[in-house]
Amino acid sequence: MPATQPAPDRLNDFVIKFANVNGTGSASANTLIMKAIFRSGVPVVGKNYFPSNIQGLPTWYEIRVSADGHQARGGRVDLMLAMNIETYARDVKEVAPGGFLMYDSTWPRSALLERHDITVLGIPLAKLCNENFDGVRNRVLMKNICYAGALAALVDIDLEIVRALVTEQYAKKPKLADANLKAIELGYRYAREYLPCPLPLRVRRLDRTAGHVLIDGNTAAALGCLYAGATVGAWYPITPSTSLMDAFRGFCERYRVDPATGERNFVVLQAEDELAAIGMVVGASWNGARAFTPTSGPGISLMNEFVGLAYYAEVPCVIFDVQRVGPSTGMPTRTQQCDLLLCAYASHGDTRHVLLFPADPGECFTLAVAAFDLAERLQTPVFVLSDLDIGMNDWMVPELAWDDAYRPDRGKVLSAAEVEQLEKFQRYVDRDGDGIPYRTLPGTSPKAAYFTRGSGHNQSGAYTEDSAEYQQVVDRLTRKFATAATLVPKPVLEGPGNRPVGILSLGSCDGPIREALGELARRGYALDYLRVRGFPFGAEVEAFLAGHERVLVIEQNRDAQLKSLLTLETAVPKHKLHSILHYDGLPLTAQFVTDAVVAALGAGGRRAAAAV
Amino acid sequence: MTSIVKPRIAHPALPKNELGLTRRQYEGAMSTLCAGCGHDSVTAAIVEACWGLSLRPEQLAKLSGIGCSSKTTAYFVSGAHGFNAVHGRMPSIATGANAANRELCYVGVSGDGDSLSIGLGQLAHAIRRNVNMLYVIENNGVYGLTKGQFSASADVGTKSKRGEANTQPPVDPVLLALTLGATFVARSFSGDKRQLVPLLQAGMRHQGFALIDVLSPCVTFNDHEGSTKSYAFTREHYHAAVEADFIARAREIAVDYAEGESTVVTMHDGSRVRLRKLDPGYDPSDRVAAYDYIERKFADGEYVTGLIHVADGSASELHAANRTTATPLNRVPYERLSPGAAALGKLMARYR
Repeated sequence: MPATQPAPDRLNDFVIKFANVNGTGSASANTLIMKAIFRSGVPVVGKNYFPSNIQGLPTWYEIRVSADGHQARGGRVDLMLAMNIETYARDVKEVAPGGFLMYDSTWPRSALLERHDITVLGIPLAKLCNENFDGVRNRVLMKNICYAGALAALVDIDLEIVRALVTEQYAKKPKLADANLKAIELGYRYAREYLPCPLPLRVRRLDRTAGHVLIDGNTAAALGCLYAGATVGAWYPITPSTSLMDAFRGFCERYRVDPATGERNFVVLQAEDELAAIGMVVGASWNGARAFTPTSGPGISLMNEFVGLAYYAEVPCVIFDVQRVGPSTGMPTRTQQCDLLLCAYASHGDTRHVLLFPADPGECFTLAVAAFDLAERLQTPVFVLSDLDIGMNDWMVPELAWDDAYRPDRGKVLSAAEVEQLEKFQRYVDRDGDGIPYRTLPGTSPKAAYFTRGSGHNQSGAYTEDSAEYQQVVDRLTRKFATAATLVPKPVLEGPGNRPVGILSLGSCDGPIREALGELARRGYALDYLRVRGFPFGAEVEAFLAGHERVLVIEQNRDAQLKSLLTLETAVPKHKLHSILHYDGLPLTAQFVTDAVVAALGAGGRRAAAAV
Repeated sequence: MTSIVKPRIAHPALPKNELGLTRRQYEGAMSTLCAGCGHDSVTAAIVEACWGLSLRPEQLAKLSGIGCSSKTTAYFVSGAHGFNAVHGRMPSIATGANAANRELCYVGVSGDGDSLSIGLGQLAHAIRRNVNMLYVIENNGVYGLTKGQFSASADVGTKSKRGEANTQPPVDPVLLALTLGATFVARSFSGDKRQLVPLLQAGMRHQGFALIDVLSPCVTFNDHEGSTKSYAFTREHYHAAVEADFIARAREIAVDYAEGESTVVTMHDGSRVRLRKLDPGYDPSDRVAAYDYIERKFADGEYVTGLIHVADGSASELHAANRTTATPLNRVPYERLSPGAAALGKLMARYR
């Protein structure tokens, strides 16, 4: 073994990266390893870097083992499983000095693999599987499980945990379970016999994952829709949001079908395009059902016209934008926060929309529920801006929990009896001074009927081209937006709040920022941190901006969209804000944040930041 | 201009339907369309159809897109909720609304521009999904509000008001609907209330997507010599293949026809449509033959009207295909929608 220097012991703190070919079934082996570490009580996070492709292109999976429970991408690779000959060259380069690389040694090692500051481990996976399994496809699949077995030996994962996971997964397919267990054993035994097990990169049992789950944001958001009582979902398939509707449909088939009659308490509509998907949501919501659509940036572009109608005609709707890299088709399988402005001002004319910013799958669940309550309370579109990193990667979050006392806030909906009490029902009158009018549902009574339209309308909903009547309605919409600022989820503050410099950010930047704050504090930079969770910004955001001399705005797009939104929608002077931007399509890392904050503040900044 | 309020004075002797309502109670706001517009006749036919069906006004949901035709949903049944959607996108609103509440009677009114150009995709997919609704196209071959451009239904050779001839072949909504497997396809003429009213009633009672293409001349931009969608041209080239009478559930068939002349189709709710075939040998249940018949007649310079094709659409209707619960989804109590805290706790095991 040509290790040049002894690697430092990296107990419960290292990164494994799997370089695979997509479509070869590697995902189940990689998930198996991650879950086994999780079940050892050691916090993990998994990041999938996959191509927009079905089969044959390079794909990577990264598992960060972090005893401290850091959620961000690690930013370094300690152990590379180089299973894709096409990407050997770059995979070798990526291993941190002192790190390890494992490859399939059935065939002679490529010269490309030469590197003297890492340890290269060979295991004849193809040979082992060809000798032990039949069938081409089976051999390919078992190769993955076989390396999972070897990995278990290398990083010292309790084999019993791995076995239990396999047995659970194939509980209904005992033949498959047997084959998988055999492959695990093959890899494990080979590694124990021929490789230096365990490596300094080791998993040691802890008790830090109890009460937690590994779940992706799209699944959690789908559960939010289920528990919020959504009955109509409409969508057009688009990466990275498709799995949200797949999950919703799956949950509905489990929980919303009458076992006696087979009758279903839901409708999922696969639309012909995003224009129709949002139209269906508007139609269903107009009719009093909780309805939603999951999509991504290109879908939002197409939905703009209907979003304006829903805003002006005041129809609730819930839209999940699982953001991916733009512009245009962009990089569909990479992550960004690039639709903030698109969603905030979607559609022509004067429009402004309510946005929610979940930071992890846990918040995808709670904010999905909040989105339906807000949409119906405010009678307006509500966007939940997740992203590919949150939506499609497995995160460790506290178990999702539910309060059975919850009842949906259906907002101001009048019954036939209530309408009967009125002299006349007027759809767009502000009776309560909060800018929110009362609505009725189709089918209520003739007296409750009104006309919903995107054309100019007066307080009764009747067509108008009268300037005063038009302005009366749109001015009330402004008041309603001010009400929204008091109802959206409050921002989260870290730190005492009175330091001179603050970080302001949102969504999936949270993990890397919180991790970086620790490192920054060690280096003498003490900063406050405010994570916004909703738009329009409320009083807390204004106060944070007013109370800090300098605010570093961290976000994942090129054009500083959050900073733009802050300058447009708050009283903050532009010169106070400094942007830290990350937009290469990969999730943000703590290292990037630390370096950028240090660069922004400099040595003087450290003193200033530490002054209070 | 604001909407015009219609005086509501009802003569005590006006006839009443089973609900005790007069026709006046099925009217809407005053029309702002041009005097003589075919669409106003269609509006009157819809009023008559709803009154005749004794439909509770609030049981109707009126949907439309954008254009002259789409304005008309404001002109009938003011006691029903209406939705004037965006241009060409009414079918998706109707689909979502119907998904949320399967009990209401959905009537969409659209035009040839709204349905066959900007909205062709949504129309096609609403037909494919077999959304339970009546979809009326008020077809005049021309864009009115933007002052006389050809629409996608303009025939080859038809002349615009300025004298230019259309060269592109038309989209025929009836042929389109037949191609896509619609189970209720009809064509009529705004000037023929006797034919149109029973078709509207049958379409409203049909379980599934019912399309009626109504030739509805534009008096301002497309009623001149050389137009194939003028009143005069339509009257001259109008060929009724099948006449339909609608018979409400409780009523007896009043007049007997000689055997072989008429067929009775029973609708899903028990009401019936009696079809009288004016062309012996024409079979409205045969979709392929219907398609062929329309094409041949068109080659002879005739527009086939009447109930062109009808079949049982109940099995493939959106909710039937989905096996949706009978209770409208917007009324299913929340308690039946939430799996509860215990179920979530159990589910969490999957993610450990």
